[in-house]
Amino acid sequence: MLTCKDASHLVSHSQDRTLGFRERWELRIHLWMCVNCRRFERQIGLMRRLLRQSARQAEAEAADRQLPAEARERIRQALPSSNGTRTTQPPEKRPSS
Amino acid sequence: MNPEDDPDLWLDQHGGALYRFAMIRLRDTHKAEEVVQDTLVAGLQSISRFSGGASVRTWLIGILKHKIMDQFRRESREVQLESPDLLSAENDLFAEEDCFDANGSWRENLSDWGNPEDSLERSQLMAILQRCLDTLPERLSRLFMLREVMEESTEMICQEMAISPTNVWTMLYRARMGLRQCLDQNGAGRARG
Repeated sequence: MLTCKDASHLVSHSQDRTLGFRERWELRIHLWMCVNCRRFERQIGLMRRLLRQSARQAEAEAADRQLPAEARERIRQALPSSNGTRTTQPPEKRPSS
Repeated sequence: MNPEDDPDLWLDQHGGALYRFAMIRLRDTHKAEEVVQDTLVAGLQSISRFSGGASVRTWLIGILKHKIMDQFRRESREVQLESPDLLSAENDLFAEEDCFDANGSWRENLSDWGNPEDSLERSQLMAILQRCLDTLPERLSRLFMLREVMEESTEMICQEMAISPTNVWTMLYRARMGLRQCLDQNGAGRARG
């Protein structure tokens, strides 16, 4: 029989790896009998949903960010050829960093 | 090479896309600018290795991914120096004996947080969660964010942080237990009693 402690580990692991057949079965039986562990499972699931939702919001905001003109200029200055004289021929091989 | 692949135009044609790609992952304008610059420099240096099979943008994004990973690695090394002994550092956060008795049962009944659909309730919970995340030891919080927010696989995290899968799972467990406790103590279940 699983203890609640064992079950809490399996609930957490189930978010990161596929549980084995036996683990899955034992956990299911334990959750069926144990209201605390059912709550634990829902709480952990809610935490993940909240985090992923807020991550998607932050991502959407980040995706709207344009490369600022000053940043573009700074990058242009830092590039090896910034005067527009480069031809489409591949340059000589430079030492790679 | 197509005329539109002229390296002089890379910054104008792909700079914006590279920057957005980096911003989504790094969420920091300075770091994003830095990796975009590093990517373009590296691209120009290794242009002879560009096969022409992929589009220039796909190829540059491939380089960018590596630069972003380098950035993560650098940060996680810095953090590692601050707390080299991770597993003991985060023991303060959560002790199993506080949660479970000798038989492995919960010491206290867990409260029902419900499943808030209401966006106000969700954003309140998220605000508490954010504060709780700030209390995690930095390396643990980084690992947790890699998994939960960036949705990285265990294998990736193992490589990234140079730890075994078992360690990753154990640390994620500890992070979740600590956060759950923190949320609970800060009112996640209070509304429902």
